[in-house]
Order: sequence, then C-alpha cells, then structure tokens
Amino acid sequence: MSQAHAATATASTEEVWGGGHSPFNVRWGKLYMWIFLISDAFTFSSLLVAYGTLRHRFSEIWPTPGEVFTHFPFIHHHVPLAYVGLMTFILIMSSVTMVLAVDAGHQMNKKGVKLWLGLTIVGGLMFLGSQAWEWYHFIHGSEGGSYYLADGRLARTDDLEPGVLKFHGGGMVEGAEAQVLIATATKHVHGANLIGNEYGATPLFGDFFFFITGFHGFHVFSGVVINTIVLIVVSRGFLERKKDYELVEKVGLYWHFVDLVWVFVFTFFYLV
Amino acid sequence: MPNEIIKRSHDAHVSGNGHGHDEHEHHQTFWTKYVFSQDHKMISKQFLITAILMALLAMSMSTIFRLQLAWPDKHFPFLETVLGKWAKDGRLDPSMYLALITIHGTIMVFFVLTGGLSGTFSNLLIPFQCGARDMASGFLNMLSYWFFFASCTVMCASLFLTTGPASAGWTVYPPLSALPQAIPGSGAGMTLWLVSMVLFIGSALLGGINYVVTVINLRTKGMKMTRLPLTIWAFTITAILGILSFPVLFAAALLLLFDRSFGTSFYLSDIHIGGVPLEHVGGSPILYQHLFWFLGHPEVYIVLLPALGLASEVISTMSRKPIFGYKAMIGSMLVIAFLSFVVWGHHMFITGMNPFLGSVFVFTTLLVAIPSAVKVFNYIATLWKANIVMSPAILFAIGLVSFFISGGLTGIILGDSALDINIHDTYFVVAHFHIVMGSSAIFGMFAGIYHWFPRMYGRMMNKKAGYLHFWLTFLSVYGVFFPMHFIGLAGVPRRYYANTSYEGFSGIININELITMFALLGAFAQLIFIANFFYSIWRGKRAVQNPWKSNTIEWTAPVEHLHGNWPGEIPTVHRWAYDYSKPGHSDDFIPQTTPYSETVSSNLPGEE
Repeated sequence: MSQAHAATATASTEEVWGGGHSPFNVRWGKLYMWIFLISDAFTFSSLLVAYGTLRHRFSEIWPTPGEVFTHFPFIHHHVPLAYVGLMTFILIMSSVTMVLAVDAGHQMNKKGVKLWLGLTIVGGLMFLGSQAWEWYHFIHGSEGGSYYLADGRLARTDDLEPGVLKFHGGGMVEGAEAQVLIATATKHVHGANLIGNEYGATPLFGDFFFFITGFHGFHVFSGVVINTIVLIVVSRGFLERKKDYELVEKVGLYWHFVDLVWVFVFTFFYLV
Repeated sequence: MPNEIIKRSHDAHVSGNGHGHDEHEHHQTFWTKYVFSQDHKMISKQFLITAILMALLAMSMSTIFRLQLAWPDKHFPFLETVLGKWAKDGRLDPSMYLALITIHGTIMVFFVLTGGLSGTFSNLLIPFQCGARDMASGFLNMLSYWFFFASCTVMCASLFLTTGPASAGWTVYPPLSALPQAIPGSGAGMTLWLVSMVLFIGSALLGGINYVVTVINLRTKGMKMTRLPLTIWAFTITAILGILSFPVLFAAALLLLFDRSFGTSFYLSDIHIGGVPLEHVGGSPILYQHLFWFLGHPEVYIVLLPALGLASEVISTMSRKPIFGYKAMIGSMLVIAFLSFVVWGHHMFITGMNPFLGSVFVFTTLLVAIPSAVKVFNYIATLWKANIVMSPAILFAIGLVSFFISGGLTGIILGDSALDINIHDTYFVVAHFHIVMGSSAIFGMFAGIYHWFPRMYGRMMNKKAGYLHFWLTFLSVYGVFFPMHFIGLAGVPRRYYANTSYEGFSGIININELITMFALLGAFAQLIFIANFFYSIWRGKRAVQNPWKSNTIEWTAPVEHLHGNWPGEIPTVHRWAYDYSKPGHSDDFIPQTTPYSETVSSNLPGEE
C-alpha cells in the first residue's frame, strides 16, 4: 500500500485520472461505501434540519433535555444526562474497538480481528440495550405525570417532591394552590407517545425524539447485524485465505459513520 | 499497485476461473440471462422495456383525463368498460380524475424519465463508453433493477384498490395526502405510493452510486476525464444529484408515512374535520414542501441532464462536427447541478415565504439561465453549417434543443416571484414543465433509443417510421402545450376536474378540445414507435458494427453481446470523442482508439 501511495504522490494529476486504474487507489467497494455514507448523511441532515426548524418555532415551550432525561439505573436522584453520556461513551468505545479490528486486519491477524470485532458487536448491543432502557423510561414517564392547566400551561409533577407542580422555564407552586390547579386541569398526561407527552406542550418533542433516535437506532441495529455476518466470515477464514481484510474496513467505515451521527443526535437532542 | 487492483476487479467480471467468454454464455439459463441478469447490457434493456410499459400506462391515463377536460359533459361508454365504478355511465369520476393526473405525473417523472432514462442509458453506456467490462458491481446493479421493478409493481397494484390510487398530485402535499378523511386517494393508495417511492429511492441510490464508482474507477487506459464523451459526464453528474437529493425525499416520505400511520404531527396542525379538532398539533405542511422540493428541483435536472448528454453525442456524431465548447458543456452541467440545490424555493413563492428570501431564490433561479444558454448556443453552433446525416435520432435531438429553448424562456417568467404569484398553479406552469422537462427529456430518450438501438439489439430501427414518429410527436407536443400557456395566462388553474362552472372560463373549452385532439394524435404517434421498436428487435435490418461512423468506443465492441463486452483486451483510448471531419484526415471521423501516431496528417500542434 505504501509503495502505491508513493507512486501516486509523484505522478501528475493527469496520470492519476488518466484511466486504467483507480484515481483514489481504492477498490470499488470502499468507494461505494463512502458515497453511500455521503448520501446517508443527507438523510440525517434533513431530519435534523427539520427538527431544528420546528423546535425553533416552539422554543418557548420546548422541554429542557436536562429536566427530561434524569434517570440512572439504581440511583434515586435526578442525574441529568448522565445515562445518555454513558451510552455515548459505550458507542465511542465500540468505535475504538472497530479501529483495532481494522488494524488487526491490516496485519492479517485473524485472532485480533475476531476479538476486536466481537467487542464492537458487544458494544453495539450494549448501546441498543441502553437505548431500550432510555425509551422505556421516556415512554413510561413519571409517577405523577403532567397537567394541562385551564390557562393552557403545562405543569409537571416531580416524583421526588410530591405535591409540587413545576413550570417550564422555572417557577413552581405547592400545597393547596397546586391542588386547585390540578382540580381545574383540562388533561392529565403520563409519559410519552407519538400523540403527546408529559414533558412539553408539543407532541413534536416526542415525535422527533422517537423518529430520529429510532432511525439512528435502526442504523446501529443494521450495523450489529452486518458486523455479525462479517465476524462469521472472518471466523470461517474466508478473508485469511484471500489475504484481504478490506471487508472489515468497509463495515468499519459504516460503523464510524453511525457513531459520528450519534454525536450530532446527542448534541442536538440532549445538550442544546 | 493500483493497476493490479483494477485488473483484479476486471478479471472478476470476465467469467473468472479461466473459462472463455463463449463457453460462459452457454451456461446461462433463461432465468440468469433475462431475469436475474448481472450484465449491464441486459439490465439496461430491462430498464428500457419496463419504462416503455410504464410510459404507455401513464400516457393512456393522460388521454383519459384529456377527454374529460375537452368534453366534460359527454359520456364515453368505453371508459366504464376500462375503469368500472370510476366511470359510471362513461363519465369519469372526479376522484379518479385526480388519481389519474397524480399517477400520470408520478410514473412519467420517476419511472420513465428517472428510472427509465438513467437506468437504460447509464447502464448501457457507462461501461461501454468508459471501456469497462461491466459495472463496478453487477450484483448491486441487478438489485437496482429489481428494486425498480418492485416499485413499479407496488405503484401499479395501487391502481386496483377500492379507494383508488394516490390522488394528491405527484408532489403529494400534506395535509391533503396525510389524511384519509380528505379524499379517497389518501387512504391505502397513498400508503402504497409512499412504499413504492421508498423502493424507488433504493433503486436510484443502488444504481447511482454504482454509476459514479464505475466512472471513477473503471475507465480504460487513456480515458482521462477530459476525454470522456459528454454522455458520461451527464450521467455521472445526474447520479451525483440523485445521491444527494433522493435521501432528502426519503426522509420526507418517512415522516409523511409516520403522520399518516402512527399519529405523529410533523406536517399537521390545527385541523378540524366535521368540527372536531384532530389530535395533530404543531407540525408544518410547509416543512414538507421544503424537503420535497430540495429533492424536487434537482430531480428536474436528474431528468434533463441525461437527455442533454445523449443529445450532445447524437448532435455531434450526426453533424459530423466536433461538439462546440466541450469543456463549456461540462462546466455548464456542473454549474446547473450546483444551482439546482439552491433554487427550490421558487416552487414555494406563495407559501408565505419572506419576500426577501423569495428574491434570493429568484436570483439563483435566473442564474440557471446562463449555463442553460451556454448549452443551447453550443448545440446550435455544432449544428451550424454542418453536413447533417439525417436519422430519427438527430431529429429528436434537434427537437430537444427546440423544447429546451421554448420551455426555458417560460422558465424565466416563472422564476420571477412577481410574475409567478399570478400564474402559480395555472396551466402556464403545466405548459412550462411539460415542454422543458417532460418533452425535452423524452425527446432525448427517443434520440438515445434510435441512436443506440443497434448497440442494444444488433439491429436497426426503421428510419421512415422513425421520421413519422418524430414529426407527429413534435407537432403534437407544441399542439398540446403551446395553447396551454394562454389558458394559464387567462387564469385557469391546473388539476381542476372541470372548469365549466366558472363563467370566466367558458371561452376556453374549444381550446381544450384542440389540445385533446393533439394529445390523441401524439398518443397515436407513440404506437408507431412501439410497433417499430418491438418489430425491429426481432425483424429489423441487421446492424453493422459502427452504423453511425461514431468515434466512441462502444462501437469497437462486436455487435453480438459478450459477457465482458470486448473479446480480447479492452481498447486503449488516445484522444477525445469528437474528432469528426478533422482537416487533413482522409475519413470524417477518427475513433478514440486511433493513436496520434497514425494520424500525422491531421494532428494539430501539441498532438504528437
């Protein structure tokens, strides 16, 4: 490979694009994957742009992520965004193991590829499991739910502070005052679904959350399936006999892309 | 080494394990040869024939709704025979009218002029004209056709639903398309439309990425990018447009599917049906339009650019002159492709868009006129004082140039928001895009079919029938669409079932009758083409290897189709594709495979 690189580096652009060989010095499969990823990036970008546009329109009532995603297994306090941080860490670690798998492939180290690719699959499954847990809590919601008050505002209860009603952007009432508001409320909402949710006065928060994290989750799921197939191919020794581990590199590209997309999803749904 | 890499992938296509090509052919069964073929030549024919059948269907639909528009009070008993309950007593049902215009548009834009046009000619010509054994991946290429076929099947199946197929227009704007309560066509028909579209996008991506990869990686020795025929440039740029814009339609379609089937509110807000508010709140139907037209506008060039590429090649070859401004042609296609991503707002001037933003879109839209004019003048300059060798192909190519000019001029009118606000959604728009996009593109496709038919089937199409087909079609295109400009200027809105209840439009009915007469004539002309096409496949005159004395290398391959295209080594390319009538050379063409050392008498300075 290094020889080829040196050769292309010294050749003029005319020879590079002169036909009879690949100008980027890659085989078609890898090029195909790169172009597919550009295309897929446009799908995610359009979804995120749509999300941004509508969120901006409802910025007054859009829930603050830090107040929604506060659960952590076995901890009975609010720990905002810690859990999704852990998920993100797991996914990024699976990218690291994928890099090691690709590197082992370059060294024709079948054992290494098996180990690191296997760990990548485990990382992917852990991420999917975490996402299921995250969705479960998002769908299930709090014990007390939220109330649509007579004046149209949304008031959330807090499981850790019973009897208190909290409003978006700060402010709370408690005691008898809260009881009056609850008694005159027009609607009591629990958890989240595609029609509405208890976190904000717009269904779009839930709609986009389910759609975009779901769409990304489906990509991760596909990645896990593809990685598993490649792991079987590697274990059977097909690539060792071909002396060519490019297949691992190609699925690696996909896996890194899915991780990169998550970084954007994480940023726009949880951090901003 | 890079060379090795390519050789390996080439060898993989050439029947692997040391068998000769001919022997390989013998192993093929009916299924592997005609149905699950991985050979680009067969896949190209599959795309073409599927597209012809779909075009016939969409054309029949247009004749039916043209009958309705011309004679809204008449009964046509045969309609009841064909459409059953959708045409009781021979009067077309209004819902079916909407369904017909929707499916006519969908099939023509996506299945004929996108899948059919790119699918046929990119598949046929990219490996042939680049000098490759086949596409980069035969398997994914096969998959691309089968996604296309599945998508066609789903779309056709939707015609048989009791609630009818999708009816919200080919752009399927929500909320009309999102709510089954709105019109019958927004029931199951709309769901199938979306499913079909998702499959279609799969096909377009599988194919498009393959085309780009093949052009980048598999050009033969000496085939620099600046020696590629303009067809290949056009197909490549088209494929890139598709790769970048179809995913956005994919996202738009998925969101619509969720609004329809799972109760989300992406596009819906504050809708009351029978006084009862729906649960959807907060969404924006304009969001759909933005997403749709971000695809929709590049889509116009996905349809048009391949046709322009085919026309460039045909015009240069049959004029026996080098194409005028080869690099300007490439440059203008690149500029058009870039601009196509920043003009989508001109479809949405009346959506309440900020007028300042509107004027930005006006500016970018009018910029498109510059590269388009460059192309038109190049075509005319190529034809100028040429000894044109007549064939149906060059007639159709010249017809394309004509439509590109007359349709382009009305585009300047529509691109200006101040004017567009008045004629938006009238027949003026219908006339504009049918001429500049529909007719131009289909004429480019016809030019391609007549020109490369010998390359596809090893036989010639009948010339006289081709001329008749051209003149009747050319006449009826202008006969149908020219008068539409005037009814559009008079304010007649598109997509209306009948205009008879409006006093102001009482004068247009005879124009509508005239238009329908021409439409029927045009439909009849296509039957001549169909007969000629299928007759010539089996009974046409046998073709010689290079019937048009063309320079490009697809004509150096033998007439009969081989797996791997060339029996021996792939030819090496030494020059560009347009050395026609070069002064000093004995012949009026010099194939790309002829080295400069053999043409000393005609070499220009710098060509050793």
